[in-house]
Amino acid sequence: MRRRGDTVFFDEPVWVESCAAVGGKKEGEGPLGARFDEIGPDNRFGQKTWEKAEKRMAELACTHALSKADVSPAAVTCALGGDLLNQCISSAFAMRGLGVPYLGLYGACSTMAEGLLLGAALISGGFADRTLCLASSHFCSAERQYRYPLEYGGQRPPSAQWTATACGAVLLRREKTKIAVTAATAGRIYDPGVTDSANMGAAMAQSAYETLRIYFRDSGTSPGDYDLILTGDLATVGHGLVRQLFAADGRPLGENYRDCGMLLYGPEQDVHAGASGCGCSAAVLCADVLPALAAGRLKTVLFCGTGALMSPTSANQGESIPGICHLVRLEGGR
Amino acid sequence: MKLNRTEYRSLYQKASPSSPSLRNVPAAFVTGGAICALGQALKTLFLQAGLTEQSAAAAVSCALIFLGVALTAARLFEKLAKWAGAGTLVPITGFANAIAAPAMEFKTEGFVLGTCVKMFSIAGPVLTFGISASVLYGLILWLAGGAA
Repeated sequence: MRRRGDTVFFDEPVWVESCAAVGGKKEGEGPLGARFDEIGPDNRFGQKTWEKAEKRMAELACTHALSKADVSPAAVTCALGGDLLNQCISSAFAMRGLGVPYLGLYGACSTMAEGLLLGAALISGGFADRTLCLASSHFCSAERQYRYPLEYGGQRPPSAQWTATACGAVLLRREKTKIAVTAATAGRIYDPGVTDSANMGAAMAQSAYETLRIYFRDSGTSPGDYDLILTGDLATVGHGLVRQLFAADGRPLGENYRDCGMLLYGPEQDVHAGASGCGCSAAVLCADVLPALAAGRLKTVLFCGTGALMSPTSANQGESIPGICHLVRLEGGR
Repeated sequence: MKLNRTEYRSLYQKASPSSPSLRNVPAAFVTGGAICALGQALKTLFLQAGLTEQSAAAAVSCALIFLGVALTAARLFEKLAKWAGAGTLVPITGFANAIAAPAMEFKTEGFVLGTCVKMFSIAGPVLTFGISASVLYGLILWLAGGAA
């Protein structure tokens, strides 16, 4: 393990053992629908409340990831998970039945990248043999906490994003598999002064740009060296801004720059600027990117989780939105 | 590229799409107008049924509130509002929806702490200002009446 600037390079890589994605009805109808391990037919996952539904979804993702790796929960040294709900109840409650040492995370939509970064560091540093990284969000539980009741008729502006009902779980281990985690950059907070919580893409775009810029500096690489640079979730507004910021530096991002918020839903699904929520980047990673890395369709990927770290209280008090972006480098087809 | 907050604001405001007013405003006008026309029709009906002018106006409000709550309960209001925007939100139907929607949503936290506490979480300001204005108006009327 080496550190240069803000980036940690895992000279002895940490490996992705398995992954799983679980999604809701709308996510099942999206372009990645068929690639999920399980789709809940009605978003309730057989539960009475939306919070319980999200917890159930997290349990299912963990179960799928463990069974795909054919390991028992006892083989997991540590689970790292988070979600959007107050006190991260979905992840903590999902851990009730699993009996695995658990560290709760809050990074908003950057939670999966944060979990991968920490999970890989724990293994690389010798503190763990196998870590389980988890991130979930549920449209209905997030709406009632952050915005309005589901049946309220108020409309959102075109820059707003749709919280994904989705969960992703990734198992990392020390022994070699087909996908390696080879580097990670922990992001700094950037607050460009956006106070509109219906425009989170704008609030997070600068963080994504800065983390990528720092990573390219630390690694001595450039955007063209990667098959895929994937932010999540900036959606159309933030994705366009990151492009503009890099173009102004004289090194424009190519077709290899994508955003998870623009991949989860189709254009006809009426999600305005795109998807958001911890589950969005986690599910896109687990349903689409990691399988492509394992199959060798992708070789090098920069997975950059972006989080808007505001709360309804801070928004009501007129505070601007601090953004963060954590980057994880994944290499496949080994 | 290093941008200060003002430069960044002009960049993201340019990048953020604005609401499609050419589509939204006519839709709101048509729906809001239709609700008002319905209200007028109901008032005529109530007047013909023998209600006084004042009672007919109150009955129209009650009927439209009932309609708003019924559509919310049937999970149809939000679908209509998606198309109509302010057309359904500004008339009294929007007020009914603003109370019924949280009442339904927070049922899972119990009747008292969920439904009863949360049902005014959106419409609360309307009631506060409405009641305050009524008291003030009453006071002025009383004072003016007293002086006369």
